Amino acid sequence: MDFAFKDEHIAFSDSIRKFLMVEAAPEWLREIWETETGRSRELRGKLAEQGLTALSVPEEFGGIGAGDLEWVLIHQELGYYAIPDSLIDTAYLATYLLNRLPAADASLKKTWLPKIADGSARIAVGHPVNPMVADAQNADLILMWHDDEVHALTKDQVKLSFNPSIDMSRRLYKVSWTPSDATRICPARLGKQLWDGVLDRAALAGAAQLVGLTQRMLDLGIDYSATRKQFGKPIGSFQAVKHHLADVAVKAEFAKPVLYRAAYATEREQARRGVYVSHAKLAAGEAAWLGARKSMQVHGAMGYTWETDLQMFMKRAWALDAAWGDRAFHKKRIADFILADGARLGPGETFA
Amino acid sequence: MRLEYTERQNKFRAEIREWLAANVPKQPLQSFDTEEGFRQHREWEHRLNGGHWSAVTWPEHLGGRGVDLIEWLIFEEEYWRAGAPLRVNQNGIFLLAPTLMEYGTEEQKKRFLPRMAAGDDIWAQGWSEPGAGSDMAAIRCKAIRDGDHYVINGQKTWSTRAVWADWLFGLFRSDPDSVRHHGLTFVLLPLNLPGITIRPIKQLNGLPGFAEIFFDNVRVPVENRMGEEGQGWNVAMATAGFERGLMLRSPGRFQQTAKALVDLYKAEEKNVDDCSLRDAVVKSWMDAEAYTLATYATAGRLRKGEHIGPEASTNKIFWSELDLSMHETAMRLLGPRAELMEGSPDGGNIGHWLEGFLFAQAGPIYAGSNEIQRNIIAERMLGLPR
Repeated sequence: MDFAFKDEHIAFSDSIRKFLMVEAAPEWLREIWETETGRSRELRGKLAEQGLTALSVPEEFGGIGAGDLEWVLIHQELGYYAIPDSLIDTAYLATYLLNRLPAADASLKKTWLPKIADGSARIAVGHPVNPMVADAQNADLILMWHDDEVHALTKDQVKLSFNPSIDMSRRLYKVSWTPSDATRICPARLGKQLWDGVLDRAALAGAAQLVGLTQRMLDLGIDYSATRKQFGKPIGSFQAVKHHLADVAVKAEFAKPVLYRAAYATEREQARRGVYVSHAKLAAGEAAWLGARKSMQVHGAMGYTWETDLQMFMKRAWALDAAWGDRAFHKKRIADFILADGARLGPGETFA
Repeated sequence: MRLEYTERQNKFRAEIREWLAANVPKQPLQSFDTEEGFRQHREWEHRLNGGHWSAVTWPEHLGGRGVDLIEWLIFEEEYWRAGAPLRVNQNGIFLLAPTLMEYGTEEQKKRFLPRMAAGDDIWAQGWSEPGAGSDMAAIRCKAIRDGDHYVINGQKTWSTRAVWADWLFGLFRSDPDSVRHHGLTFVLLPLNLPGITIRPIKQLNGLPGFAEIFFDNVRVPVENRMGEEGQGWNVAMATAGFERGLMLRSPGRFQQTAKALVDLYKAEEKNVDDCSLRDAVVKSWMDAEAYTLATYATAGRLRKGEHIGPEASTNKIFWSELDLSMHETAMRLLGPRAELMEGSPDGGNIGHWLEGFLFAQAGPIYAGSNEIQRNIIAERMLGLPR
């Protein structure tokens, strides 16, 4: 029984953290937010240089072939720095889907996987659990769900309408399109399993980002409360303020092992994968919302301004909480599991 | 990362499961806060010790099995799963023993630990005083050196199990001119010494689960001191961290309650109009799982020799709030029947939920109130100014 990550995975995520600290500083995020596409070609290029776009791509297509456990550490860093890029959709989700297409579709893999690896392609993923498709306008290829089938579309085959999100780094589009034999790349009987795998990985990635965001909002609250003075001393010395932040630390501390079990179960395709992922998403979402609320309270009126960095992380947390399955969706998956006849629950069943 | 049990661990689980199935009393024992119940629980400790199960993490020559923390968690899971009796000697086995292992002399270990494992000596704790609750460094009860004895005068309170226990461990002020956490000494003493008066305190459930203890020139031999004179605070604090927190409330307890709550919800589902109750049941299962996962993760780190710091304080808050919210959910599920005491003829065997609900009220208060824990988290884990 050991929750420790491999040394090389920790070393890689440490290097990504140092990279993002420089390349994704809040002032850069603001600049990218203001652009029309909301994306920076330069940033994407640098992410590719770090190997992030190649992480899930198999070695034969120029990638690294990493698994969900390695990703979960990276997702946390991407969350902590609120990276304004749909890297995860392309490099984690779309790559997962393309990797598992039937053998007959080798040409799609050959075309797209090397481009994903070298950072030259963006792929958007549309699933009915989300009303919008993130980054469809920027995408070179859009993978869409239709009755459990997988369809691959280029931009000339779809009509897009932009729907602005409160999180300006999310670029959401309503996608109108017509499925046809020509657009279908995977039939429903195989597609069902693939879409389930995409959904669980997307929710897992969301949970990990939310854990990272919680830590960031906590850190911002700590910094602010240590420097801001009232009544002649730092507000962080007052118990009421301390307890706000301690509550966030408790939630964050207990969301992490839940997240890691979900990643472990996902990498190993365990039967309880979906339940564990839903648990992680709920625990992380709750921690992040509490982190947003409490950090804002600690920031006082400054927390309500555009100027204070906290807003960028709060907005990401508010949005991610309901992306790839809102709380009702994930709670239902857990309720269905624990309320089923013969469910194995209780002491000794946690790792069954 | 490896989230699976080893063959050895699975065998250990099977062994304890089999022993418990054959030995756990079919009829629940009376509360150990009654005289008869205390006697029954002492007898159960004898039986546990007969199977070498009473203190599995201790070395074999002191009555244990020398198992590691993961196996201890497995033992606890099976213990709660089997519905085995509460541990009347938990003050001794889970709170005092780790300190004795670290600070006790070999002579003290041999003298106290095997009798503790056997249930021959049941221990009570003597920390709090009327003027020293959350502020434990305000202790005033004196233990003044007189030759080869300490002479104890003063009062302790909220001493759990003290009404029928045999021994007491606690902190006393040995230097009358000292202040705060200086000049304190850790002393072990039998509760039948001349000059000791024990006054039981009724708890919410009407039973005397703790007591006040008055000391009037009570003479305790110097060899009953643990650690150095004046170093009592450090002795008490050194093991007050994670291991003791973990041993005080292992996850098995909460997993068992969460499972019972799921069963209760399924039994009551057709009568439930409050749609927030399903949510609360889901949350109970999630949080009991989270507590289990976090505990295994930490036990894994400790086993590798890593040190656990102030983040241990997050545990106390998490389990006490979890226990409270699970029992609140059960009370809401039971509706107008929830108030019925155990033994109510038409209640339908639900009184344990009420009993658990009452006990859960104390969780955020004892073992360092949750406000104190939040201060520790904020100051020592998050680095906020004092």
